[in-house]
Amino acid sequence: MATFNEMYDGETVRPAYEALNRWVNSTPPELLAQKKEEAEALFRRIGITFAVYGEGGDTERLIPFDMMPRVFTEAEWRKLERGVKQRARALNAFLYDVYHRGEIIRAGIIPADLVYHNEAYEPAVVGIDPPRNVYSHIVGIDLVRTGPGDFFVLEDNCRTPSGVSYMLENREIMMRMFPDLFKSMRIAPVDDYPNRLRRTLASVAPMKCDGTPVSVLLSPGSFNSAYYEHSFLADQMGIEIVEGQDLFVQGDFVYMRTTEGPQKVDVIYRRIDDSFLDPLCFRPDSMLGVPGLMNVYRSGGVAIASAPGAGVADDKAVYIYVPEMIRFYLGEEPVLNNVQTYKCGEPEDRKYVLENLKDLVVKEVHGSGGYGMLVGPRSTKEEIEAYAERIKADPSDFIAQPTLALSTCPTFVDEGIAPRHVDLRPYCLVGQEVHLCPGGLTRVAMTEGSLVVNSSQGGGVKDTWVLAD
Amino acid sequence: MLSRTAENLFWIGRYMERAETMARLLEVGYRMAMMPSTGTGYRNEWESLVIAAGSQPGFVEKYGKVARQRDVESWLFYDRDNGSSIMSCFESARQNGRAVRTALTTEMWDALNGAYLELKAIERRPRSQAQLPELCDWTKRQGALFRGSLEGTHLQNDGYDFLSVGSYLERGDNTARLLDVKYYVLLPTTDMVGGGVDTYQWTTLLRALSAFRSFHWTYGSEYNPRKIAHFLILNIACPRSLLHCQDRVGRHLERLSKAYGHSNKAHARVQTLLGELGAAEIDTVVEEGLHEFLERFINQSAALGQDVADGYLFGVN
Repeated sequence: MATFNEMYDGETVRPAYEALNRWVNSTPPELLAQKKEEAEALFRRIGITFAVYGEGGDTERLIPFDMMPRVFTEAEWRKLERGVKQRARALNAFLYDVYHRGEIIRAGIIPADLVYHNEAYEPAVVGIDPPRNVYSHIVGIDLVRTGPGDFFVLEDNCRTPSGVSYMLENREIMMRMFPDLFKSMRIAPVDDYPNRLRRTLASVAPMKCDGTPVSVLLSPGSFNSAYYEHSFLADQMGIEIVEGQDLFVQGDFVYMRTTEGPQKVDVIYRRIDDSFLDPLCFRPDSMLGVPGLMNVYRSGGVAIASAPGAGVADDKAVYIYVPEMIRFYLGEEPVLNNVQTYKCGEPEDRKYVLENLKDLVVKEVHGSGGYGMLVGPRSTKEEIEAYAERIKADPSDFIAQPTLALSTCPTFVDEGIAPRHVDLRPYCLVGQEVHLCPGGLTRVAMTEGSLVVNSSQGGGVKDTWVLAD
Repeated sequence: MLSRTAENLFWIGRYMERAETMARLLEVGYRMAMMPSTGTGYRNEWESLVIAAGSQPGFVEKYGKVARQRDVESWLFYDRDNGSSIMSCFESARQNGRAVRTALTTEMWDALNGAYLELKAIERRPRSQAQLPELCDWTKRQGALFRGSLEGTHLQNDGYDFLSVGSYLERGDNTARLLDVKYYVLLPTTDMVGGGVDTYQWTTLLRALSAFRSFHWTYGSEYNPRKIAHFLILNIACPRSLLHCQDRVGRHLERLSKAYGHSNKAHARVQTLLGELGAAEIDTVVEEGLHEFLERFINQSAALGQDVADGYLFGVN
């Protein structure tokens, strides 16, 4: 498989990277090394760390930040933008449909079982009309690139896609360290994201809200791995960051406890899972949620973003049908392709997967963050055999995809600048309007040849630039 | 402001102040231990530190009844089992800070986070390279850095008041405890009052409270336990005196009641306390018994803390 190098076409530098290339060539390596250290010190000092689950000791780890940005031309981005927005619209239409008439199931396009028996499907929200009929207000689409115009969607994140604080902080640090580059190149700004997110949240305030909507960010608390991001976003938006214990239900509304007494809350941007939202409705043992919240939600006293039940749209088994959703709800052809996906629950697919494990990537349907996946070409015989047993034990829990030749970007490593595999997560906001932030989170596998870019597996991040024409 | 945020700010104030007091306590112990004739009473000065720090049961459970310098140092500086050790205080202050990261200025967060990161590095150093005086100085410096960034950068709003109420409540309580150490060390040797050792102990206390020179400015060069007690309890000009601290608590509570347009139990109690302290004479205090007086103060201060929590921090008013 030939790997697409985003910077070089053979010996020639691609147009997106021309200016960057001139800059690298004219900057002494010592200066670059020094800048790298500065960047790391900045990150540590600001306190951007990322807790890694399942490890003892230092639970606050720094995600490696790579100074070489990833660059898109405006034309490349325009196509991506069209594709991502299209997908975000279709996913929301799908969510409305499956909690109402279920037309797509009646039409025989998606099996009923897959939706209604899905763990992420919430019977508790059937028939509820969320404001503007939006369920997923922030859609993070994970993309990989294999050629100049070839982008594939790896997965959709409709619940609470994380990582946007890295997009913003990476840019902040790059601008602080390389002001000249920003002066000489025209790079689309990303720093209005928090403002747009705030407006998106306000635009989905419930009917019962009269006056300026009060939005809050509901976080599981400071021990959560993404807490930095929660507090960063709340700060940038100028809204309160609350925990379950700060909120309570009284009558038809949700209030937060303040030093001046109770204050009504209209929109909750939640960063906790459905099952923890309301112990009276979901997990009775949840300490993170707010008892009675779902009743208020049902009666239109509060909006929740993303809406409870949105998870059914980003299930890895539902993913397979997204191109069909686009055709069904929007009457359009999908701009972005899916990766060929095998459902281990189906006998034929399972047979193929088990016979070709060494060439495939296998994922748990409900897993996330790169935990518990198998990368066939990078695994030992023993690992593959052990994984095969897991698949046989519970086949419908797994899907498999061919290993894609992920594109590479120049990256600072110990030996200098070398190509490393990358993916991309842009962030799409859905409220009164649909907006894609021109940039995103580029994750990079820091180890040579590695295709696993997850931060929990040692992946790094890069700033992502969209050039203005 | 969210009640939880106010609570976190209140505790940042308390923990930062407490860490500093632990350093000052250790300094008192270190200096007193260098005096030849102490340590012969039935209570040695290291034990008195643990008592004054309010953590004797935990200490005895972990290290036994005999308080050795090294153990006390570990207990008050490094030990995470001791919720009031410098380690625990800085960790808790930072944890509280992290929870309200957005209610702090960058400088304040830097001070909290920086102290924590440096402490982690100190912890990794061999103990032989970590001398007590140096550690105490370092701790006091972190406190100064934090206070400086609070005063210099934080918006003087309700958050500032909650943090300050925490700081001053804690500081008053801590001065009372430090004075109490002196009481415990003195206990077996009351006949030596006014003697060389006694004077040395009193001046050590002044030094540990960074009040040695200011005492001179205020009272001239003659040491006398009554004057020192007056200075640390009733002199409102001394920034660590009980009266000064209560006065500050009162002022910040006053600002809160103005901003919010209503007052609560805490306001009434602090006024009563201030009235009593303001009217007190040092002779009555000494007659009543310094220890009893300090104990009462510490209890009242704790009750005031509870009033503040009831009034604001639980958010159910």
